[in-house]
Amino acid sequence: MAPEVNEIKTAHHLYAVEMIDITKRFPGVLANDRVTLRVKAGEIHAIVGENGAGKSTLMNQLYGLYHPDSGEIRIFGEQKRFHGPRDAIRAGIGMVHQHFMLVDTLTVAENVVLGSEPVKGLNFDLNRAREEVRKLSEAYGLYVDIDAKIEDIPVGMQQRVEIIKTLYRGANIIILDEPTAVLTPQEVEELFEIMRNLKKSGKTILFISHKLNEVMEISDRITVMRGGRVTAELITKETNEREIARAMVGRDVVLKLDKPPHKAKDVVLEVRNLWVKDNRHLNAVRGVSFQVRAGEVVGIAGVAGNGQTELVEAITGLRKVENGEIIFLGKNVAGAHPRQLREMGMSHIAEDRLKYALIKPFPAYYNAILGRHYKTPFASGAFLNHREIKRFTAELMEEFDVRPRIIEHLGGNFSGGNQQKLVVGREIKAHPKFMVVAQPTRGLDVGAIEFIHRQILRMREQDVAILLISMELEEIFSLSDRILVMYEGQIMGEVRPEETTVEEVGLMMAGKRLEEIRGGKK
Amino acid sequence: MRVVEAVLSIFINPQFYKIALTVATPLIFASLGGVFSEITGVVNIALEGIILMGAFTSVVFTYLTGNVWFGVLMAIVAGLLMALLHAWGSIKWAGNQVVLGTALILLSQGITGFLMEPIFGQPGQTDFVGKIDEITIPGLAKVPFIGQVIGEISPFVYIAFGCVAFGWWLIYKTKLGLRMRAVGENPEAADTLGVNVYAIRYFGVLMSGVFASLAGAYLSVGEIGQFKELMSGGRGFIGLAAMIVGKWNPIGAMLSSLFFGFFGAFANQLQSLQQIQVPANVKPLFDTIPFILTIVVVAGVVGRSRPPKADGVPYEKSA
Repeated sequence: MAPEVNEIKTAHHLYAVEMIDITKRFPGVLANDRVTLRVKAGEIHAIVGENGAGKSTLMNQLYGLYHPDSGEIRIFGEQKRFHGPRDAIRAGIGMVHQHFMLVDTLTVAENVVLGSEPVKGLNFDLNRAREEVRKLSEAYGLYVDIDAKIEDIPVGMQQRVEIIKTLYRGANIIILDEPTAVLTPQEVEELFEIMRNLKKSGKTILFISHKLNEVMEISDRITVMRGGRVTAELITKETNEREIARAMVGRDVVLKLDKPPHKAKDVVLEVRNLWVKDNRHLNAVRGVSFQVRAGEVVGIAGVAGNGQTELVEAITGLRKVENGEIIFLGKNVAGAHPRQLREMGMSHIAEDRLKYALIKPFPAYYNAILGRHYKTPFASGAFLNHREIKRFTAELMEEFDVRPRIIEHLGGNFSGGNQQKLVVGREIKAHPKFMVVAQPTRGLDVGAIEFIHRQILRMREQDVAILLISMELEEIFSLSDRILVMYEGQIMGEVRPEETTVEEVGLMMAGKRLEEIRGGKK
Repeated sequence: MRVVEAVLSIFINPQFYKIALTVATPLIFASLGGVFSEITGVVNIALEGIILMGAFTSVVFTYLTGNVWFGVLMAIVAGLLMALLHAWGSIKWAGNQVVLGTALILLSQGITGFLMEPIFGQPGQTDFVGKIDEITIPGLAKVPFIGQVIGEISPFVYIAFGCVAFGWWLIYKTKLGLRMRAVGENPEAADTLGVNVYAIRYFGVLMSGVFASLAGAYLSVGEIGQFKELMSGGRGFIGLAAMIVGKWNPIGAMLSSLFFGFFGAFANQLQSLQQIQVPANVKPLFDTIPFILTIVVVAGVVGRSRPPKADGVPYEKSA
């Protein structure tokens, strides 16, 4: 007995988290296959892997949201069984989810204390709640506006609220699930500063990411996952991005696409002083002007929610144009119906494929012809021509490598990557002159991303004009011929990827105009 | 001129304001019930049915025991049972809340209609079974004008305002209220913090049953002392409209209920003006005024009123 006790004691000093031989199965998927994770107390431990590698599933088990089918969890050497988040919170674990778990209509202070509210008599003690939040905010350098409602504060601050939430509950171990996905490069730096502060005060941090440069910058150790298994445990100082990438993907990946030079031709789309309102009737696009030429990719960078969605919807005829012109092939099409625009040669890869691009309960062969379903050869008069539809779908799935290659497979049953390939295939096979491509690779894995990027470049070579909207700077940089940066509905500047830096674009994403950044230099 | 004078005379008559209050009272109860349910994320159109059940049950038990307040108590029990059905279907089984609510309305109409014969021996309406008398507030009753409005009035009116104060305090000043608001807005977030989403929603729906049944009890034993078939007369729906106009806030719901009550009373008084002489066949048109008003107000003036984000969306744990 004695040596065992001793062992636990050492473990207590060394490891904050041990997840040993964890297996978790969902219907049809082995999400975690005998995964072992050891996180030292007081370190920043990165967990990297592609989408679907099992990172989130593993973390959700640590936070008590799922229960492992087998395996054990130890916190500071003590074996634990969590029946729910409450148990995990009690064991000193806090989690900042990728999608924030905040109540928009409540204030920062109310959100922090929700579930463990201070009370005075029968009443909720708001003043004490505010005081507690203020103390934590000061102690860790987490600036927040205590009395503001969540819906009124920027994303970066919302994230700090989430971190304060975990600290309020006494977390020693903090899980950050893809925390940088929603931030500008500058906000990422601020977050890293906060993470270093937390580490200094003895907190253990689990940092989930698939951005290798960030992992290299901030972590002490790295666990790499692929296909539900751990494929590598690395010490950050002794490794490099290439090694991590290999462990992530299982092969050497091309980290950089080569984009052959291609000359842009005539202007296909021109937007002049465009104003568009969002659903709350506020101006979301405020006087935007730009051109897109045949054979070039114009990328629009920006943090989500700065008017990109409304811009896309206005161009594609889904949203009312308040003011300004959209000249498509020499004709003002502001206010035109989406079908008119499609007939004129506009294609649209929508940012939310499940909402705008696919009908989940429809088989692939209907999804493959949406938007052209009323035209020959897919229809004759009021009737659908099923034989041609199916032949076309089979051809599309072959050409765009949609798997499984079953034309009856329902839209909702394909994986994200294959859904997107189906959509991309459909939009490309409409032989457009102009394509709006919004967030084409959101949530896809490296393989699918590479495929879709190649398709976009192929269209460029065929002299299609392409407007690319993306939150991923890497994507913007590797595909675009010109980059426009949007902030609060306006364009902060236009740059060429080979003549700018991520920092410069990042500053524009945060609201600085190009002229201000470059100052008197140009 | 005589018509204008007559119309204006309505407004200087304290009796008019008293009627406005009594018309508003069931709406206040109903809208408060709506607030309690929807703020936790459960749409409860069954209010209309619960009101009818409450009206019927209180008359039945008043008839059987002779005790009017016992009748009211049993109305609350009936309201709780109806609300429990709604909660069970929509929370436990994640059923469509509008369909469930509609089913409960039809159910209560069927049950009350069917039980008239066996219990009272006649369809349509019961005889007078007993009524809760108006209370006189000593002192206040003597104050001119105001005394004539609220000095001598049904205790339900005071209970309704008491319930609004209680509701406001509970929702905005207690930790239970904070959790209710959180659950209706983002149940997942509340769940990750260890808040029991289901329990909070059950509480909200059950409370809506209590308030709606009080509305019903007021209509029957509180006002006329008898039950008439379908006597809820759409008040559950107008209550929901008042809730929307009042932005899901108990005070706001109360104010808009008073607004609806005011116009209800006005329509009511207009009909009885001798100067106007409304032919009998046009009268039903006057009764539609509150509903037309509802459509206009809900569609036009509010516009920006935003429901709780998870209102009407069943919460199902992902694993």
